[in-house]
Amino acid sequence: MLIAVGLAILVTMVMATIRGLMGPTIYDRILAMNMFGTKTVLFVAVVAYLYERPDFLDLALAYALINFIGVLAVLQFFQNRQARQATRVPVPQVVPAAGNDKNGASS
Amino acid sequence: MMGMILEWLSWLLLAAGGFFVLVGGVGVMRMPDLYTRIHAASVTETLGTMLILVGLMLHSGLELATFKLLAILVFLLFTGPVSSYALGNTALLGGLKPELGAQDASKEGCEP
Amino acid sequence: MISLLGFMTLTLVAVAAIATVLATNLFVASMWFGIFSLLMASNFFILDAADVALTEAAVGAGVSTVLFMGALALTGEKEAIRAKFSWFPMAVLGVLALALFVATFQQPMLGDPLAPVHQHVAPWYLEQTPLLINIPNVVTAILASFRGYDTLGEVIVIFTAGIGVLSVLSFKPKRRQTISSEALAAKVRGVQHHSILRVVGKLVIPLLMLFALVVQFHGKYTPGGGFSAGALFAAAVMLYGILEGADRSAKAMPEKAMLRLAAVGATLYTGVGLVCLLLGGAFLDYNVLWSDPLIGQYVGILLVEFGVGLTVTTVLILIFNAIANRPTY
Repeated sequence: MLIAVGLAILVTMVMATIRGLMGPTIYDRILAMNMFGTKTVLFVAVVAYLYERPDFLDLALAYALINFIGVLAVLQFFQNRQARQATRVPVPQVVPAAGNDKNGASS
Repeated sequence: MMGMILEWLSWLLLAAGGFFVLVGGVGVMRMPDLYTRIHAASVTETLGTMLILVGLMLHSGLELATFKLLAILVFLLFTGPVSSYALGNTALLGGLKPELGAQDASKEGCEP
Repeated sequence: MISLLGFMTLTLVAVAAIATVLATNLFVASMWFGIFSLLMASNFFILDAADVALTEAAVGAGVSTVLFMGALALTGEKEAIRAKFSWFPMAVLGVLALALFVATFQQPMLGDPLAPVHQHVAPWYLEQTPLLINIPNVVTAILASFRGYDTLGEVIVIFTAGIGVLSVLSFKPKRRQTISSEALAAKVRGVQHHSILRVVGKLVIPLLMLFALVVQFHGKYTPGGGFSAGALFAAAVMLYGILEGADRSAKAMPEKAMLRLAAVGATLYTGVGLVCLLLGGAFLDYNVLWSDPLIGQYVGILLVEFGVGLTVTTVLILIFNAIANRPTY
């Protein structure tokens, strides 16, 4: 039974990979990565019981925490990029006038 | 007798959890739009996770490992929906529009 | 049946690796790299190597993704397209790949009981660890005591990496465009204005730090040790930086303190070795640290792993703060 559940989780990982390959937008790929993280947690828990070594559950806990941080980092990057693109102002070109001092004070 | 019941119950929960995980995977592949895909993926994250982890907890009885599984379960229940929310919010702010059906677009036959 | 799971995982690893290389959008490539790292960690776990799996997941899927996002914010997203295709590098690669492929046929099969590593190396360690060191986790015993010189080299390498990143990032960028600073400060706060994310995220940070300390000091009994504990602690600080802003995390963990603590970690490791020399043993021979050699080994491994964890944590936090606080005009 545990092997069947492990196989089911692996098949879902395959499906998430296909979505990550096919996904037209970038958010589909972020979704694929997030799904991968939670599936890995379940996979590790099931395989730990399969190997009869419940002390390996520390890994599942660590993966659950790490997955959350990865998704948040990605989304932070996106929102910063959107904000920066929304407030982007081009640099006014400084034309050096005659008699300008060495500091090159811009207008 | 009690042990047998618990064993059967844990097998049942594990099988149901595996089924829902597969359903979520098929949903992510087949749904037409990002927002519906997030919806499908969250089925695996909450329902599938809960069933599989509770099944494993019943399988192991009352030990330290059960409490570790409980910690993982509580943690995933907290952060899974939050990740989906963050993803949907970022997608919406980034300008990705959800696909609407023809009925919503034309507003004909809409019951309030 | 276990081999079926391993086979599927390896196929997914190959798919993820090819997808990483073929993606032209660097952001997508770093996504695939995170997936690749999680799959490799699952693979290590199937092969029963739990310490490596823990460190691989913590570093590859967590810390690396955060650092890649920080680097992508500084550079662009699109990969530069090569103008022409040259044959010489492809030929060199082809020859090397063929040589590697032929060389793998000379190696024994995975798990072959007649391989030299299973006849001589592994049984020796498994028999001698309870007699000489007496801790249950043989991996930590090998890492910290039997092969302590190698781990010392690794700690110095990590410290050097931190110094290298700081030197590279010490050049100030050219101003490319002006943005009004209050508009920037108002908008570029990332996830800070999402209350849900902040509340839930702040619940995670103390749990993660506590878990990192558990992994560090329980590394003799369960999978863990200094490297994974350092990566987990640094991931907690990075989470704080993501939620509250990178300037606040730079204020909480200032650069000078982090550099000094990294040096303290490396010095602790070397210092334990020198103390062993002064007490009459060889360099990094922990037997002389206490009257009972087994307790001496215990004390030595404890101190050395703490040094490793300290250096790894501080260097990763240093790199994150340096990259995230770099002005991105």
